[in-house]
Amino acid sequence: MNAHEPYAREVTINACKLCNPLGASLVFRGIEGAVPLLHGSQGCATYIRRYLISHFKEPVDIASSNFSESSTIFGGGANLKQALQNVISQYRPALIGIATTCLSETIGDDVRLILDEFKREYGAPGRPVLVTVSTPSYQGSHIDGFHDAVQAVIQQVASGGPKKSMVTIFPGMVSAADLRLLKEILIDFGLDFLMLPDYSETMDGVIWDTYQIIAPGGAPVSKIRAAGRSKAALQLGRCIRRQQNAAEYLAERFGVEGYTLGLPVGIKETDRLMQTLAILAGRDIPRKYQEERGRLIDAYVDAHKYLYGKKAAVYGEPDLVLGMASFLAEVGMVPAICATGSKSGKLAEELRKLLPESEEGMTEVAEGVDFEDIRMLIERVRPDVLIGNSKGYPLARRYGIPLIRVGFPIHDRIGGPRLLHMGYRGTQQLFDRIVNALIRARQDQSPIGWSYI
Amino acid sequence: MKVLDGRKKQVFRKGEAPFEFDCEKQSLAGSVSQRACVFCGSRVVLYPIADAVHLVHGPAGCAAYTWDIRGALSSGPELHRLSFSTDLREYEVIHGGEPKLYQALIQLIERYRPEAVFVYGTCIVGVIGDDLEAVCKKVSALKGIPVIPVHSEGFKGTKKDGYKAACAALMQLIGRGPTDGISKYSVNILGDYNLAGEIWIIKDYYRRMGVEVVAGITGDGRVKEIERAHGAALNLVQCSGSMNYLAKLMKEKYGIHSLQVSYFGIEDMAEALYGVARFFKDAEMMKRTQELVSGEIRAVYPKLLEYRKALAGKKAAVYVGGAFKAFSLVKALRLLGMETVVVGSQTGSKQDYALLKELCDDGTIIVDDSNPVELSHFIREKNVSLFIGGVKERPIAYKLGIGFCDHNHERKIALAGFVGMLNFAAEVYQSVMSPVWQFTPRYMQSETRGDVHDECSRTVCP
Ligand code: SF4
Ligand code: SF4
Repeated sequence: MNAHEPYAREVTINACKLCNPLGASLVFRGIEGAVPLLHGSQGCATYIRRYLISHFKEPVDIASSNFSESSTIFGGGANLKQALQNVISQYRPALIGIATTCLSETIGDDVRLILDEFKREYGAPGRPVLVTVSTPSYQGSHIDGFHDAVQAVIQQVASGGPKKSMVTIFPGMVSAADLRLLKEILIDFGLDFLMLPDYSETMDGVIWDTYQIIAPGGAPVSKIRAAGRSKAALQLGRCIRRQQNAAEYLAERFGVEGYTLGLPVGIKETDRLMQTLAILAGRDIPRKYQEERGRLIDAYVDAHKYLYGKKAAVYGEPDLVLGMASFLAEVGMVPAICATGSKSGKLAEELRKLLPESEEGMTEVAEGVDFEDIRMLIERVRPDVLIGNSKGYPLARRYGIPLIRVGFPIHDRIGGPRLLHMGYRGTQQLFDRIVNALIRARQDQSPIGWSYI
Repeated sequence: MKVLDGRKKQVFRKGEAPFEFDCEKQSLAGSVSQRACVFCGSRVVLYPIADAVHLVHGPAGCAAYTWDIRGALSSGPELHRLSFSTDLREYEVIHGGEPKLYQALIQLIERYRPEAVFVYGTCIVGVIGDDLEAVCKKVSALKGIPVIPVHSEGFKGTKKDGYKAACAALMQLIGRGPTDGISKYSVNILGDYNLAGEIWIIKDYYRRMGVEVVAGITGDGRVKEIERAHGAALNLVQCSGSMNYLAKLMKEKYGIHSLQVSYFGIEDMAEALYGVARFFKDAEMMKRTQELVSGEIRAVYPKLLEYRKALAGKKAAVYVGGAFKAFSLVKALRLLGMETVVVGSQTGSKQDYALLKELCDDGTIIVDDSNPVELSHFIREKNVSLFIGGVKERPIAYKLGIGFCDHNHERKIALAGFVGMLNFAAEVYQSVMSPVWQFTPRYMQSETRGDVHDECSRTVCP
């Protein structure tokens, strides 16, 4: 495995990452009755809203404390309090998730202190739960904002007590369809659960009759409160830093049984999740999933020749890349480029654990890169397929390589939130798309143009 | 719904109260404004200059969110479609970002050989106190091309201030080039950003009239052309919000007259051409213009009437960035037989809103710097069949089962010019008349109430 260092330059060209408050906002949108509020200038909130809207195609309200010049000099306390006041009176939220921005971090606003003051001034009746997370984008990227926000919610809302039968699961930054599937699995196992965040409905909802100022759905605050009493907590994501791992926190703080698993993409990683759930539920894996698994293996066999030795370039958040790579390796493909704009520091190590030894030396691992770095890797490696978000489209077009759209954002297609990546079912869909893209490439390039394969 | 106390004077219902209207204010904290920031304003204006490097000095987000999101087309180089950022990290936040900016500039110039560089300051740069001016000057002297700082720190005002900062930056280019050989019948097109190729349509009209376009500012923009812009006889200003200031500066410095125009809708488009012909006081040109206009109208009118037949009597809401665009849209909708019952903008001025009030019928809601809670309420209250806005408004309309037309910078269909009016009508028609609404709660409710709803029989729908 080659750890690829981004080549030295002082400018980022076409970033392969977004900023921390975006991740945090997404988490807050996955809590029932919650409104995200960014402490900083108006622009950050608006840009993040439109970026999310372009993917989810749903209303995404994110408030801003709307700094002016004087707030950057005298601090943003007054603005933040006014913002809270206005959000409360317009939205009547159950929870307000406050994320900082580069600006409020740089001027050194002490958000906790401001919130304490606000709580005193506002009084208890009718006051929503207030959660705050520090998300300066000059440290980390959107995925850090995501994990930090989950951790903040748990640390600031969860409490302990006698254990219940509930299982808590932290799914990571996955699609709305993935979240729905996870819930279905947990229900089929007969488990009582908390999933945090759960934006499966809030960010991918039904058509409305009257306007909902806060979209229905999301993880209930009452369940988050009880998270310390879970019998077990599962964190999906191996590249996540220890301080960000909410399952580990619950384990340490409340003695909850903690598990850290990978994103369940492919047979092996999904098996690990299903086996864990089977143990927790004390029952066999439901027949429905055994059948899905069987069909998936059947499809692996049917199509294995189209895939063997084919090279893929995968990019996105570290855990998505890891999950994809593990899946690709198990169907005989080579995850030749594993790239991420984030810096988890763990991707190479985790890949080494999951990939077979034979793949050593065939995989370029690159953390902290932009699309210009990825372009150069593509020039060198010449992969057969790109797997990642829609921001890779210019490269796919330039090099004539098919792009399998996964993850976030999908800005040039409809249905990004409905893409399934996880479980046997999601892997099946992914598998079919990849195989068909490769067949299509061959078909299109063939002078014969056969219509039968 | 309750309009927030601090915003009461930014909502007005025509015919109900004396007209006391507040606007051009900083957005209320916590109100979920649809506005962006100063940086956004600057970026919008300068972005279409296709042979310049646009470097965003700040953390990665501000640049990432603006990467290739706008439909501003170029007939040649496409440097503007790349996203460059200094991606400031903690080290620079503490120690200053000037060295990194300097290096970034040198590397970009050597690699891409741009005609000029624009360096956008973002919020954080305003706080850590980097001296953009000094770094730009140094690099400019070293590399021999204009390296222009754009003072667009997000918190220093509203989007409008961003327009101003961009205009100030443009003034640093204008005047650098030679003006010989420029026709006495010449114009600059200000405030058209060549979305979906619109400036090509407009340029073609002027060419047919015998008018030379010196520079598109900034649609399909080129540095060398903008440098010659002071040689034009007349400035045509569209999108009053963004470019009036530049026209003012050019008038002061170069004595160039300007004309307010709009290229949306038949009336306004025709007037944009006639106004120019009148300005040049050339009978031949006037004749050519009349021929052009009547020919173009003849080509689109019959089809427009067909659309009108289907759309007449339906109601619309308009919420756009600049108020000037709203005027044109109200008129264009009227041409289609549609009534505008909610109208607003992010950045309109007092005069703009007074004009809007004149233009609209009684009962129309006029709103400044609105938010999703208000907008969703207004469009339901007024039972509109169509909402015209941008990306952030679209889901509000769709969630409620209301047709939508994108009139913002992401659009991929040209809406300017006579042909643009036809495209606009087609888009409105296709959205309003789609059979999908029959499944939405809004439609079903109106049916049980016995309202006249957006009927759609298979014979009409394409
Ligand atoms: S940091 Fe400032 S400049 Fe950047 S998007 Fe936010 S408000 Fe705009
Ligand atoms: S200032 Fe920071 S938080 Fe705001 S958009 Fe830019 S990177 Fe994101």
